[in-house]
Amino acid sequence: MEQEPRTPPVHLSMPLLHALFFCQPMLPSSRSLHAAHADVDAVSHHALQPDLRPGEIILATLETNLDGALRFARTAVFLTSERMISDSGGAGCMSWDLNTALFLRHSDHAGVATLALHDQESCLASWRFTLGRDLAAVALIHAFERVQAARAGTLSAADDDITHCPICNATLTDESDDCPACQPDAVKPTSTWVLLRLWRFARPYKKQLLLGFLLTLASTAATLVPPYLTMPLMDEVLIPFHKGAHIDRDHVLLYLGGLLGAAMTAWGLGWWRTYLLALVSERIGADLRTATFAHLLELSLEYFGAKRTGDLIARIGNESDRICVFLSLHALDFLTDVLMLLMTALILFSINPKLTLVTLLPLPLIAWLIHLVRDRLRTGFEKIDRTWGDVTNVLADTIPGIRVVKAFAQEKRESARFHDANRQNLAINDRLNRIWSLFAPTVSMLTEVGLLVVWGFGIWLVADSAITVGVLTAFIAYIGRFYGRLDSMSRIVSLTQKAAAGAKRIFDILDHASSVPEPVNPVPLTKVQGIITLRDVGFRYGSRRVIRNMNLTIQPGEMIGLVGHSGSGKSSLVNLICRFYDVSDGAILVDGVDIRRYALADYRQHIGLVLQEPFLFHGTIAENIAYGKPDATRADIVAAARAAHAHEFILRLQLGYDSIVGERGQGLSGGERQRISIARALLINPRLLILDEATSSVDTETEKEIQKALDNLVQGRTTIAIAHRLSTLRRADRLVVMERGVMVEVGSHAELMQARSSYWRLYEAQARKAETDGSEAWPLVPELTP
Amino acid sequence: MSEKFSLRPYQPGTHTLRRDRHGRLVFTDEAGVEHEAVVPVRAFPIEAPDEGISLVSGDGHELIWIARLAQLEEPMRALITEALSLRDFNPVIAQLVAVSSFATPSTWTVFTDRGRTDFVLKGEEDIRRLRDGGLLITDSHGVTYRVADLVRLDRASRRLLDRFL
Repeated sequence: MEQEPRTPPVHLSMPLLHALFFCQPMLPSSRSLHAAHADVDAVSHHALQPDLRPGEIILATLETNLDGALRFARTAVFLTSERMISDSGGAGCMSWDLNTALFLRHSDHAGVATLALHDQESCLASWRFTLGRDLAAVALIHAFERVQAARAGTLSAADDDITHCPICNATLTDESDDCPACQPDAVKPTSTWVLLRLWRFARPYKKQLLLGFLLTLASTAATLVPPYLTMPLMDEVLIPFHKGAHIDRDHVLLYLGGLLGAAMTAWGLGWWRTYLLALVSERIGADLRTATFAHLLELSLEYFGAKRTGDLIARIGNESDRICVFLSLHALDFLTDVLMLLMTALILFSINPKLTLVTLLPLPLIAWLIHLVRDRLRTGFEKIDRTWGDVTNVLADTIPGIRVVKAFAQEKRESARFHDANRQNLAINDRLNRIWSLFAPTVSMLTEVGLLVVWGFGIWLVADSAITVGVLTAFIAYIGRFYGRLDSMSRIVSLTQKAAAGAKRIFDILDHASSVPEPVNPVPLTKVQGIITLRDVGFRYGSRRVIRNMNLTIQPGEMIGLVGHSGSGKSSLVNLICRFYDVSDGAILVDGVDIRRYALADYRQHIGLVLQEPFLFHGTIAENIAYGKPDATRADIVAAARAAHAHEFILRLQLGYDSIVGERGQGLSGGERQRISIARALLINPRLLILDEATSSVDTETEKEIQKALDNLVQGRTTIAIAHRLSTLRRADRLVVMERGVMVEVGSHAELMQARSSYWRLYEAQARKAETDGSEAWPLVPELTP
Repeated sequence: MSEKFSLRPYQPGTHTLRRDRHGRLVFTDEAGVEHEAVVPVRAFPIEAPDEGISLVSGDGHELIWIARLAQLEEPMRALITEALSLRDFNPVIAQLVAVSSFATPSTWTVFTDRGRTDFVLKGEEDIRRLRDGGLLITDSHGVTYRVADLVRLDRASRRLLDRFL
């Protein structure tokens, strides 16, 4: 890998937009500061120190990586106790004296953030950088705000009291200085010896593996006895017979017995070894699958959002199976072959070193050939795996969406998509097979050539009386096996690569740390009061900012209605409170403790979640209701179903609570499924309840039924309800109106109606619609005010 | 509802755009109302970057729809082009210098049309194939890099890239 910096061969010119970068620098108080850094790469806060005035100290540093025209270039931005300094190396250095009129603006779009220094009239400077540097920028902004507050004399003592993370401003815990929010994004490259990492799964079977190895050793040794016996058979029996001697029957029987015995021993040992190791590798494969699936379940929703189902299924299913087969068959064979090779070499050396050397001559050539093809094959197999993932992805897309496919009459298009994926798979296979098919015959040919060399050299030695015919026969017998094995050994290359590719794809999952990590020292959580505090919460999905700067305290037992257009960040907020994702900035506290400090399972145990699209697992209705509490008694289940107004319709089913429902809950209506999911939430008796559009997918009549169920559920719990239909939120104590990630209004229905702002507009719009629909579901206003 | 779907096309002469001293764009509509901090947004940044540009107000509502960039008058076109070029940060990879590993996450060192940089590729699924044979690569921080045409890259870069495709 080349690391030395080189000039780019392609140099596309960009319009210089420097006028924008330092958009009219109005007050550069000092242009004399000069730090000529020819090598831009060398700019870092260690190497670079701006010329400071006496008594001036640096409070924060930001090293940006883009210039005004968005070219990659570094600029060091310093906040000192007196000034903002910007040093872009060769382009010069500028500074602005701090005064109370200055403020910073920070924004980002598509992975690029902008930090701009403004005064009341204009923009003084702006800096751009990719989001990787955003933490440093946020730190600089906080430092700036503190300096400005100190200048204005408004810095409160309380601000100093609470320890905040210097990087992301999240509240730090008493015990640790490590911020739970910002772990540096460490990049650990996966080792190429990825198969060795399977040792983690093999370790529990150490003893069996050792025994298997000894058995392999013994059985291999046994298979090497017969060729050795051909030597005396030839020299002591057959050759003397040709010369006219008598054949000694006992002698012959002894050798033949030896041959038979060796064969029987090899057979027995081979059977034991194969059985034992197959057993072990099957277990290793199963452990691998289980561990991968268990780890997969631990990963955050972010991971599932980014991966495709077909791909994940293929990884856990096929790859682990492939590794298992590799371990039980191919790796085992290879080990045997290597042992045999070593033993054979030893035996041959003990018989005749000179002939051995000639015999082993083609070996390095073959090894070199194998090495040559190795890399190409591996990448090829990785490619095949990926295209295979594409093929299954088409299936995973199409089958669940079959109704849409049929409704839009796109069967042909989907079929063509599958055909395309298949064709790509074929094309890559074809390309790989071209190399691969050349490989095996070449090895065979080399084998033949090798044998030829042995024959030739051997006959010459025999003619020279350097060796006996028996020795030559033994050599040929050994070498025949030897080269025969080399042929199959060469196959290990591709098989290892295949298995390594599979292992890599599995370890990709296993190595993926959850973006919602478990705390190291979790705070025990047994009883939850239900105070939820959002402090400066911000959330970013990819490079999109979904929620910004949200502050809210929810009292125990309070019901909060989240209102806003779709895409306003309501569901994201709920996901954050459930800790399906972690906040990007700020913190969410439950009972005064950051939720990142609770163990995940402990925390979620106290959350009841009812979603818009209830998901029922394959199983009985009773099992589905008891999903969150498998040890619930039947009485509990029935009570929960009653409270959820689900009891009666369940009784109408042929098998009652024992009726089987499928993954999409066939045979149940949307409202019925929803009530089962409400019963499920009721059964775990959560302190925090989250209703995410729980009634929006059903008609108003059903909604009334569900609403009754929900009213039972909500009682005495801290509830956050998202609803499109504002009527659903009539019991809410407070309504929170969100618009594009920002909380714009908070208050009761009456207060918000009086404010005649966002909420009022939403309400009016819905009321109008309800009127024109002639629907009676719309509640009268007095009902809404408590 | 009809109001929501109504198209407000750009009217040459009546719509004006300027940049204020804070560096923000100020748009004046046909009624003479000024909208501060407006942002031009490409509707199809990949497939048709010069068609379908929407001028969006600070609170996210569309003000006007510009069917084609070419139909704009100066200085509006220059301002919008400039703002778009700063908004759509899509470095085009000219050469792949090195990758830290063939397994993801992998740190790539690349030369782009905007200079040399490093970025972290989180997974192979962050490489999206475009219809025109190009690639769109999203790094761990959401910055998208483009490869204009796979076959036009040099051999060494192509070989490195090939391992991820």
